Amino acid sequence: MTAARSVEHAEHFESLERQAHAARLGMWVFLATEVLLFGAAFALFLTYQVQFSHAFRAGVAHNTKVLGSVNTAVLLLSSTLVACAVHALRRGDAKLAARLVGGTIALGLTFLVIKGIEYGKHFDEGIYPGGVGHYFTLHPIRGLAAFWTLYFGMTALHALHVTIGAGVLGVLLHAIVRGRLGRETAYRLEVGAIYWHLVDVIWIFLWPLFYLA
Amino acid sequence: METLRMILALPRGGSTIADSIDLLHGFVIGVTMLMSTYVFATAAWFTIRYHRKRDDQLTERVTATRRGEAFIIAGILGTFLLWWVIGFRQYVDVRDPPSDADIVYVDAKQWMWKFAYADGRVSNDVLTVPLGRPIKLVMISRDVIHSFYVPGFRVKQDVLPGRYTTLWFEAKEAGTYPIWCAEYCGVSHSAMRGEVRVLEADEYARWKRAGDAKLAGAPPCRLPGACGEGNLVAEGRAVAERRQCVACHTLDGQKHIGPTWARLYGSEVTLEDGRRVVADDAYLTRSMMEPNADVVAGYRQMMPSYRGALSAGEVAALVELIRSLRDAPAPPSGIALPRLDVTAVKEGGAPP
Amino acid sequence: MTTLPLTHAAPPGAPRSAAHASYLDTETTLRSWLLTTDHKRIGVLYLGTLLATMALGGFFAMAIRLEHLTPDPTVMSAMTYNRMFTLHGVIMVWLFLIPSIPSAFGNFMLPMMLGAKDVAFPRLNLLSWYVFIVGAVLVLLSTFVGGIDTGWTFYPPYSALSPTAVPLALLGVFIVGFSTILTGLNFIVTTHTMRAEGVGWMQMPLFVWSIYATSIIQVLATPVLGMVLLFVVVDNALGWGLFDPSRGGDPVLYQHLFWFYSHPAVYIMVLPGMGVVSEVVATYARKNPYSYKAIAYSSLGIAFVGFLTWGHHMFVAGMSTFDAGAFGVLSMLVAVFSAIKVFNWTWTLKRGAIALKTPLLYIFAFLFLFVFGGMTGVATAAMSLDVHWHDTYFIVAHFHFIMVGGTLTAFLAGLHYWFPKMTGRLYPERLGMLSAALVFAGFFVTFFPQFLLGNAGMPRRYFNYPAEFQVLHVVSTVGSWVLAVGLMSTAIYFLWSLRWGPEAGPNPWGSRSFEWRTASPPPKHNFTRTPPFEIGPYDYTQPLPDEAP
Repeated sequence: MTAARSVEHAEHFESLERQAHAARLGMWVFLATEVLLFGAAFALFLTYQVQFSHAFRAGVAHNTKVLGSVNTAVLLLSSTLVACAVHALRRGDAKLAARLVGGTIALGLTFLVIKGIEYGKHFDEGIYPGGVGHYFTLHPIRGLAAFWTLYFGMTALHALHVTIGAGVLGVLLHAIVRGRLGRETAYRLEVGAIYWHLVDVIWIFLWPLFYLA
Repeated sequence: METLRMILALPRGGSTIADSIDLLHGFVIGVTMLMSTYVFATAAWFTIRYHRKRDDQLTERVTATRRGEAFIIAGILGTFLLWWVIGFRQYVDVRDPPSDADIVYVDAKQWMWKFAYADGRVSNDVLTVPLGRPIKLVMISRDVIHSFYVPGFRVKQDVLPGRYTTLWFEAKEAGTYPIWCAEYCGVSHSAMRGEVRVLEADEYARWKRAGDAKLAGAPPCRLPGACGEGNLVAEGRAVAERRQCVACHTLDGQKHIGPTWARLYGSEVTLEDGRRVVADDAYLTRSMMEPNADVVAGYRQMMPSYRGALSAGEVAALVELIRSLRDAPAPPSGIALPRLDVTAVKEGGAPP
Repeated sequence: MTTLPLTHAAPPGAPRSAAHASYLDTETTLRSWLLTTDHKRIGVLYLGTLLATMALGGFFAMAIRLEHLTPDPTVMSAMTYNRMFTLHGVIMVWLFLIPSIPSAFGNFMLPMMLGAKDVAFPRLNLLSWYVFIVGAVLVLLSTFVGGIDTGWTFYPPYSALSPTAVPLALLGVFIVGFSTILTGLNFIVTTHTMRAEGVGWMQMPLFVWSIYATSIIQVLATPVLGMVLLFVVVDNALGWGLFDPSRGGDPVLYQHLFWFYSHPAVYIMVLPGMGVVSEVVATYARKNPYSYKAIAYSSLGIAFVGFLTWGHHMFVAGMSTFDAGAFGVLSMLVAVFSAIKVFNWTWTLKRGAIALKTPLLYIFAFLFLFVFGGMTGVATAAMSLDVHWHDTYFIVAHFHFIMVGGTLTAFLAGLHYWFPKMTGRLYPERLGMLSAALVFAGFFVTFFPQFLLGNAGMPRRYFNYPAEFQVLHVVSTVGSWVLAVGLMSTAIYFLWSLRWGPEAGPNPWGSRSFEWRTASPPPKHNFTRTPPFEIGPYDYTQPLPDEAP
């Protein structure tokens, strides 16, 4: 941590505190839009679940609980790491913060790999979005196609968010390593971490819908 | 009434509900006109009265009194709620068909209307109904969303694919009324028109006797003898045998591969997943098209879908048959009867 | 009374001092415009873009009206007609009305009204404009690869089956949605964190309140639309069938989700217009608003209750009677908030010192048209009437009274009102009044007959119609020509004034609102020094210090 001494706030802000406040507020507002984005998908899922409860039970039963649960654990752990990283950076321990953020990203990628394995499994079984594949000819249950379409749609959208989150953390990691992110500007890592937590929270809701219910 | 209609450019009110709706219409539009003119005139009056006299003129601070605001809010809310109360009561009337209504089945598709009557006849784009009888339409679409709209009756209902919707009216003036499709449905949306012909009772009887084969634009019936043989219940029996419905469903209340049709109509059915539904026209028709959507508790999913296989007329006939069985007697317990014992039940539902 | 002179307080007409170069002259290269993070320049970029899209949407509108001159095909085929009204709707709603006042005037004025140097996230602000451009280009591209013929509501299953360029256009709308969200987010954070000293929540100009309420709706409603449109895109392009009834999908569910966005979107379009009205009325009446709090809080009330009324678009779509009734009552509530505003504006005029200038004339048009349009909307929530009116020209007339008579009129009022601030020049007042009268007359003649058409039962989106409707259609088409002439003459004198208009001076209207307490056009950082905001934005009981004799 070398050159984080003279931290200037952006020209149009009165102070760095105001700027940090604005950044945090901005992220929270953005999270609200994300929640509503997934909210629409959840609304769709729940409606069809009520309509085709039989098919949706069959769909959930078909999913591998172990993989889903492992992925939940992976994401929860990653969220813990990034929270610790923010804490470390606030104390000025950039090295530890960098390691923790690196760990978070690695866990995020692990999540994506496991998700990829699951997708591969489904494709092997003949399950594709839109009710395409021989699995559906074998199991002509009404609403099963809707379950799998929503499964693919929602988990893919979530995976996209994981990827974006990992990218954002990557940029922040780069900044920490370069010494551009230090104790005073820890709020930037905090904002990135908030986003990561959201990605985590969304999974916490997806998990029971697709693996446990 | 007629003057009101002329001012508002409304078409003649041919149904029993039209008059009350038009009165509300006049009331609502009148208040609207009055209010917007009042606001505009007040603003104009203030502009003249408090015209700026000097370029650097100052004004004193004037603020609203709480009482004044509350008064205005209460007044406006009261007016709006009054509209709603009247409107909602009428809406319920428009939506709830009387229980003794005659049923006509409507099949909408790009870009035509098909009607199947309870007596087995069918017609395209022309709906013929008797004067002074409530008519209930049970409607479904074959492709996209349409909307059945008869301005002369002040009724409209979207016609959805995969779900039955209903609409009812009772004509009180003979004549023809245009039918429009009100939901955009593709290139020829504006050509999806039809008409309701309202006939006096004797004329209607004559029309009925005239025979369906001569109906303009009516397609030939699917099977010889299916049309013009009188009532739809007999037709339904024919269809049930022809389509092998009776291979699984009994008409006398016996349990078989599928649920019996006796006393089914209007009863409450418990489904496999615990839901309870009333077996009405919509449920019955849906069960033919999507048998696995609502499987009755205790039965297996094995019925094939009849979507596309049954014509609108055939569906109507089957539903009418099931309806006729709603008051069938309880089956003799413990004795297995032959499956095709259809003659055990008199039509019209009266016990033998 | 303070005697602090404002440094920029040059007398009207005096040449601008070179020491305080305006935001227009600091740099003049194209690059400096395209890479600017100055909220004023972004506002101007938006304004230019939006005027172009409005002209395009207007062109489609004129084509539709021309087609309706005769009951049979007049100048185009049914397919072309269907594409025209779809594009007219899509362009006007997403590429003009929704961003119109917030993105153009909001961007320009909101930071100045808070006494800030810029919005909270200037680079995000620029990004939102580029995102908007990308989305708009996609939508327009779709016209070249087959157009789109579903109507702006994209109801499945038709939209899932339509062979036209549905995915491209919907992706365009989806992307424009991003831009809307970014702008809204920026405004919310700016309002919270960038207020200058002395500008508390209850000292903000009312325009800020309306933009703030609008932004909340934008941020919360737009993502739902985004999600739903994505589902339609995959339904259409990949055949996923989420709304396809033959595979168990529910097209009515789409309508619920769509209107969950699109009803609040109506308030996205009209709330900023209400903000403009609040400003203009106070300035030209030279008086404080009759009740500041009522106007401010009713904006929030509209934003909140507006989320609970979407079902009134679906009274005949196959909803249960009970649900329909609940949505009907809630729709009545939201109308009360608008009514509160209308009464407050009217009573603001009382005991004022009123100068009838073009913007105020537009506001009078707004008052009449908005009240009429609004109350016919309430009438539609009286449910039995909606059964007759639903999807007829009555509805078309109703929402044009709100969208054109309300939002566009307010937009034009704002354009006249802030033109001197944005460009430093005045427009010709007499021509302005004349054009305003033309626009009002043209509008009324175009859309009033459509109420009658709807009463008579003429469904909307009809290419051909029965001959008995022709008279009213012809009147409507002629009205659209008058409206077009009014708008074109407005465009011409604005272009003329850009170059030859007389110098405006910092505060030509004598307003107390904060954006007028700096030079016109304003310097790069809005205020050369922090002006004293002790005198509130609606305090007309004392002269502004620099105006003191």
